[in-house]
Amino acid sequence: MSEFQIKKSPTVYDAIVVGSGAGGGMAAYVLANAGQKVLMLEAGQYFDPKLDAHQLKWPWESPRRGAGTVRPFGDFDASYGGWELDGEPYTKKDKTEFEWFRSRMLGGRTNHWGRISLRMGPHDFKCKDGLTDDWPITYDDLKPFYDKVDRMIGIYGTVEGLENEPDGIFMKPPKPRLNELFIKKGAEKAGVKVITGRGAVLTESIKGNNDRAPCFYCGQCGRSCKVYGDFSASSCLVIPAVKTGNLTVITDAMVREVITDKDGTAKGVSYVNRRDLQEYQVNARLVILGASACESARILLNSKSPQHPAGLANSSGVVGKYLHDSTGASVSGFLPQLMDRKRYNEDGVGSVHIYSPWWLDNKKLNFPRGYHIEYGGGMGMPSYGFGSGVPVMNGMVPDRNGKMKDAGGYGASLKDDYRRFYGTGVGMAGRGTAIARADNYCEIDPDVVDKYGIPVLRFHYKWAQEEINQAKHMQETFLSIMKEMGAVVTSKIQGRETNYGLEAPGKIIHEVGTIRMGDDPKKSALNKYCQAHDCKNLFVVDAAPFVQQGDKNATWTILALSMRTAEYILAQKKKQNI
Amino acid sequence: MNRRDSIKALGLTAISTSVLIDACKPSETKTGTSTPEETTKEAGREHWEIERDKELHSETFFTSHEMATITVLADIIIPKDDVSGSASEAKVPEFIEFIVKDIPEHKIPMRGGLKWLDLQCLNRYQKPFVEASAKEQIAMIDEIAYPQKAKPEMKPGVTFFNRMRNLTASGFYTSKIGVKDIGYAGNAPNQWQGVPDEVLKQYGMQDVKI
Repeated sequence: MSEFQIKKSPTVYDAIVVGSGAGGGMAAYVLANAGQKVLMLEAGQYFDPKLDAHQLKWPWESPRRGAGTVRPFGDFDASYGGWELDGEPYTKKDKTEFEWFRSRMLGGRTNHWGRISLRMGPHDFKCKDGLTDDWPITYDDLKPFYDKVDRMIGIYGTVEGLENEPDGIFMKPPKPRLNELFIKKGAEKAGVKVITGRGAVLTESIKGNNDRAPCFYCGQCGRSCKVYGDFSASSCLVIPAVKTGNLTVITDAMVREVITDKDGTAKGVSYVNRRDLQEYQVNARLVILGASACESARILLNSKSPQHPAGLANSSGVVGKYLHDSTGASVSGFLPQLMDRKRYNEDGVGSVHIYSPWWLDNKKLNFPRGYHIEYGGGMGMPSYGFGSGVPVMNGMVPDRNGKMKDAGGYGASLKDDYRRFYGTGVGMAGRGTAIARADNYCEIDPDVVDKYGIPVLRFHYKWAQEEINQAKHMQETFLSIMKEMGAVVTSKIQGRETNYGLEAPGKIIHEVGTIRMGDDPKKSALNKYCQAHDCKNLFVVDAAPFVQQGDKNATWTILALSMRTAEYILAQKKKQNI
Repeated sequence: MNRRDSIKALGLTAISTSVLIDACKPSETKTGTSTPEETTKEAGREHWEIERDKELHSETFFTSHEMATITVLADIIIPKDDVSGSASEAKVPEFIEFIVKDIPEHKIPMRGGLKWLDLQCLNRYQKPFVEASAKEQIAMIDEIAYPQKAKPEMKPGVTFFNRMRNLTASGFYTSKIGVKDIGYAGNAPNQWQGVPDEVLKQYGMQDVKI
C-alpha cells in the first residue's frame, strides 16, 4: 500500500471555519456559543498571549535588542510570520510592488495589530460621489453589530457626533501624552481636527468577564497581552469558544481547497498538516472562510471542480479582483522644546491616544475620499536603532550654551546629547481610502506552487493618480502641522519621484475586497450576508467581502460583519434553509 | 476581572514591578499544556528562531584585533561619566559581535571600515589604531566624526564611523546601564493619569484639551 493517502475523518461538523483571526474567531465564537459543533483550521501554530507574549521584557532580553531581523515589527512583536514565509512564496507581475503580510498563528494578525478600532461610516457604505460600487448593506444594517462588538470586546473613545465617524459604546479613553498636546495645538493652527483615539483596549473591566483584566498601561499591545487587556482573536474569541466544548481547533492545518459535492455544495475542506506533511480531509454542513482577504481568495480559486470551473463561488469572475489596501505616508521629526524633558512613565496604552478623522470636503481637492492621521512619539523603551538620529539632530539646534555645533561627534558631549534629545521625537502617518478597482487583483500563478504543492497567488496592483494626489496632500498637511507645532522635520522630504512617500500597496496591512459582496451574482461573489451566490453553504468572514473600504482600519468592520454572518447562519439553520 | 484579579492571574499577590517582570520571564512560565519534548522551548518563539539564535551564538565573526579596536572605538563614542559607565562596561562590543551576524549587511562595512582605520593610522603613526596613543586616536576620530566638515578623502571613514556610532548607541542604550542612564521610566504596570501637573505648567499646556 502506498504511504501517500488522504486521512479522512468520519465526523461531520456543523461548520468548518478556516482561519482564527478576527473574522474566523468571531464566527466560531458565535456558533460555538449557540451549540454548533465547529471545527477550526489554523495554518499556523498555537498561540496564547497569556503564555507566549513577550510583554514586559527589557531590550537586553533580546540578543538583537528588539531589532526586526526575524520579526518585521521587532523581536518582541507577537507575530509568527511576516512579509516573507519560508517555502510559501507569492509572485508579482507588471512591476507590481504589492507586499503581503501573513501571520501563521492562533488569532492571526490580531495578536500584534495597533488596536485602532474605527467604524466605517454611512458614506463609506453608500458613497456620495458615485465613484465606487455601494455595499449591499448600509451603516444602519451593521450598526447593531458594531454595538454588540463594542460591548463584548471593549473599546475606548469619546462621543463626537461626527457624521461619517460613527460613535461607539465607549469606555473612558487614556489621557494624552505631552507630545500629543503639542500635536493638538499645532494641528489646530494648521486647520486639522484632532480627537481622542479609539482603541480595542480595556480601560475598564467588562462586567461578567472573568477572563480578561483591564489595561495596566505598558503600551505594548503589539507584543500581545498576558492579561487579555486588549483585543486579540486568540484571547477574546477562540480560546473562550474552545471552553464551550463546541469548538475544536486544529493548528498547523494549511488548507488546500474546499471540496464540493456533485451538486456543487461545499462538503468539506482538504488540508496538509505543516508538521507531519500528511493530507487530511474534514467534512461539515457548511464552510466558513476567514483565512484573510488574499488567502481566502486563493483557496476559492484553487477549489476548481466541474460545477465550479473558475474556482468556487467565482462564476462572476470577481474573486481576487478589487484588491485594495489603505494608502499610507508619513513624516517624522522632533520637538526642540522638549529637549532635557523631565522623565516619567508615559507608556500609556498600546493603541492611539489621539487621531485626526478626515476633516475636509473633497469638492476642492484633486482626489476622492480622504485619510485619517495617526500620531506617535515620546519617551519610549529603547531598542535597536535607538539614538541614530542624535548625531544628525545635534547639528540642527543650539547646544546647552546656545551655540550651534557640528553634527556628529563622540564622547561626553555626544552622551549628553543622547540624553537631551530623548523623548523629543514626534511623527505622524496617514491612512487613506484607496479606490477598489477590478484591475488591482490577485490570481493564481499558473507556474508556481508553494512547498505543500499549493498554487500560489500572483499580485497585480498599481496606485492610481488619485492615491498619489492623496499622498501629496498628506505630506503637505503633515509638514504644516510640524511647522505649527514648532517641530524640526528629520525624515526625507518626499516628492513626485517617490509618489510623495506613498507606501507600496500591502504595506499598511489593510488589504480587503477580493471576494466582494453584492446583490448582483454577475458582479459579486457573495450576497449581503457574505454567503456565496454560487454555493449556499459557503460563507466568507474576513476582509475579503468588503466592497469598498473607508479610511478606517478594517478589524472592527470584520468583527461586526462576521458576527452578523454567524447570526444569519443560525437563523437560516433554524429555518432549515442551510 | 478587576486589576487586583489580573495581578492574581499572573500568579502574584501584590503589585511589584520586579516580581511581575520575573513572572513574565519565559523560564518561569508554567504552561501545563506543553508536550514533554517541548518543555525546554522558549515561550512565544518559533522553533526556527531558537535554532537560528543558537547558530549565531556559536559563530565568531570578529578577530581579537578587530574586537580590541571595536572596544576602544565604543568607549571613545560612549565613555564613562558622572551618570553611567562606558560602552564596554555595558558589553557593547559583545552586542556588536552578535548583531553583525544577525544583520549580515553590517559585516563587510564593519570589517572594511576597521581595516580602513588601521591603514590610515599605519600611514600616519606607523601603527594600527589600537596601538596609537590616546591623543593620536582622537586626532584620527576628529577627522571622521563630523560628516559635514570631514574632508572628501575621509568619506569612507565617516561612513564607517556613522555605523559604528549607531551600533554603539544601540548596544549601550538597550543595556541595563543605558536604560537607566537615559531615564526610561516605563515597562511596569501602572495607572496612566496623564501628564504630571508640573510638566503641563512648564510647557503651558494646562488648557489644551483633546
